[in-house]
Amino acid sequence: MNELFTNVDWADIWQATLDTFYMVGGSLVFTILLGLPLGVLLFLTGKRQLLEQAAFYNLLSFVVNVLRSVPFIILLIVMIPVTVLITGTSLGVAGAIPPLVVGATPFFARLVETALREVDRGIIEAAQSMGATTRQIVISALLPEALPGIIAGITVTAITLVSYAAMSGVIGGGGLGDLAIRYGYQRFQTDVMIVTVVLLLIIVQVLQMVGDKLVIHFSRR
Amino acid sequence: MIEFKNIHKSYQVAGKAIPALHDTNLTVEQGEVFGVIGHSGAGKSTLLRLINLLERPSGGQLLVDGEDITRLDSAGLRVLRRKIGMIFQHFNLLSSKTVADNVALPMKLAGIYSKAEIKARVAELLERVGLSDQARKYPAQLSGGQKQRVGIARALACRPKILLCDEATSALDPQTTQSVLQLLGDINQELGLTIVMITHEMDAIRRVCDRVAVLDSGRIVEMGPVAEVFLHPQHPTSRRFVFESENQDEQELHEDFRHVPGHILRLTFHGEATYTPLLGTVARETGVDYSILAGRIDRIKDVPYGQLTIALIGGNYEEALKRFNAADVHVEVVR
Repeated sequence: MNELFTNVDWADIWQATLDTFYMVGGSLVFTILLGLPLGVLLFLTGKRQLLEQAAFYNLLSFVVNVLRSVPFIILLIVMIPVTVLITGTSLGVAGAIPPLVVGATPFFARLVETALREVDRGIIEAAQSMGATTRQIVISALLPEALPGIIAGITVTAITLVSYAAMSGVIGGGGLGDLAIRYGYQRFQTDVMIVTVVLLLIIVQVLQMVGDKLVIHFSRR
Repeated sequence: MIEFKNIHKSYQVAGKAIPALHDTNLTVEQGEVFGVIGHSGAGKSTLLRLINLLERPSGGQLLVDGEDITRLDSAGLRVLRRKIGMIFQHFNLLSSKTVADNVALPMKLAGIYSKAEIKARVAELLERVGLSDQARKYPAQLSGGQKQRVGIARALACRPKILLCDEATSALDPQTTQSVLQLLGDINQELGLTIVMITHEMDAIRRVCDRVAVLDSGRIVEMGPVAEVFLHPQHPTSRRFVFESENQDEQELHEDFRHVPGHILRLTFHGEATYTPLLGTVARETGVDYSILAGRIDRIKDVPYGQLTIALIGGNYEEALKRFNAADVHVEVVR
């Protein structure tokens, strides 16, 4: 084993894997906390919805599109001053989380909006006919009904965050991507590159599998 | 009691007002089962949704128990909606919640019931609709008829005074339709619940409704007791619905009898008269011979009725006609 991977320091790899988990996990939590309400807001203010607000929706939609169209690598660099403001550093795990959240939130919000649109309009009508308020309709009817779609959205977002987190190695973000760039790419240590990529592949596979299982569980069909 | 006073409703489509319901006046009495029949696009869905203000009228007054509901604020509207249950063609159950949780939902949303009250009421309702053993299941595991029963239980959760049925049996097979209609009829009797149902099936109207309004292009073209409208439809749309439900075509009927000799009459019996041996008696006493060309004996709600198309040959036709006219039967001379 060690003959095959002469350049691989397993302790480094282990630390980098943990860092990747922290970055993905941490940014996923904030992405959900911010993206879920944003997605609900996009849905509710959309055309023919409960709180239809064409101007507000168009503005929100535009901002989301702008953020989504900035390449993540550019966002990483542009965000540096803001990141320093929030976390005190632009390096390591903490420095990677703000740009990851800003990059993933608009993406996740759109997925939430789409999942909510998939809910049968009849469900909203039924809840209204029971005398539900808009808040009750969202919490007691729309979100439970859209849960499988939202979980699928979280899965896709988590996987996107894995690849974004790897990219953050470029600005010294830490994690498996950082190892791959510093050793695999810059020092031509192909074995390190292979190990990191395989580990990333395993993480993505596991995330997708768990996500799919949860979607099936909550689909109740 | 529900009163429509000069209610009209139009939708804004691309800046133009498209009328869905023209000046409409109708009164639904407390405790009655009121049917609205019409083809798709006739405005019946709009009419139903005005009653719990899922749609707002463009003009006119809408009174529920004497109160103009269009003046209610949002809190008042929510209280009103709790008094009005609604069931749907596609059930609209929450697929993410169990049967019991679906039935409990309106009570939880109301926020005025204790957990124990909700639990007891859910058990009572599931018992009533015959689904006690399905409480822990999810809607996807139920048949269409069972889903609609859950829908009915849910609609009754907050003890409403009015039940709105939106094509409640249109997605069900004939046998299930019958059992769901039966359940609605029973609930109407037991609870004195006012039911307004819209449908495009005359059969559903015939089985449970007391009165019916026929809706055509946003206008009520005929309204009255079901027996009246069903046995003696006046408006072409009403006639079409009645003939549709009997699987016959008025035109065809007349052409089929072109080669039949003698006079042709259509006799309509309603109530106990259905079971009197009128035909035989008249034939014997006036010497006419009769043949039955078409006929149907059935029930409107719980009252029997019969409709026979007969040909009379020979004997004293004038006298026979007089005898029929004198009896408790409606006579229409076809030819």
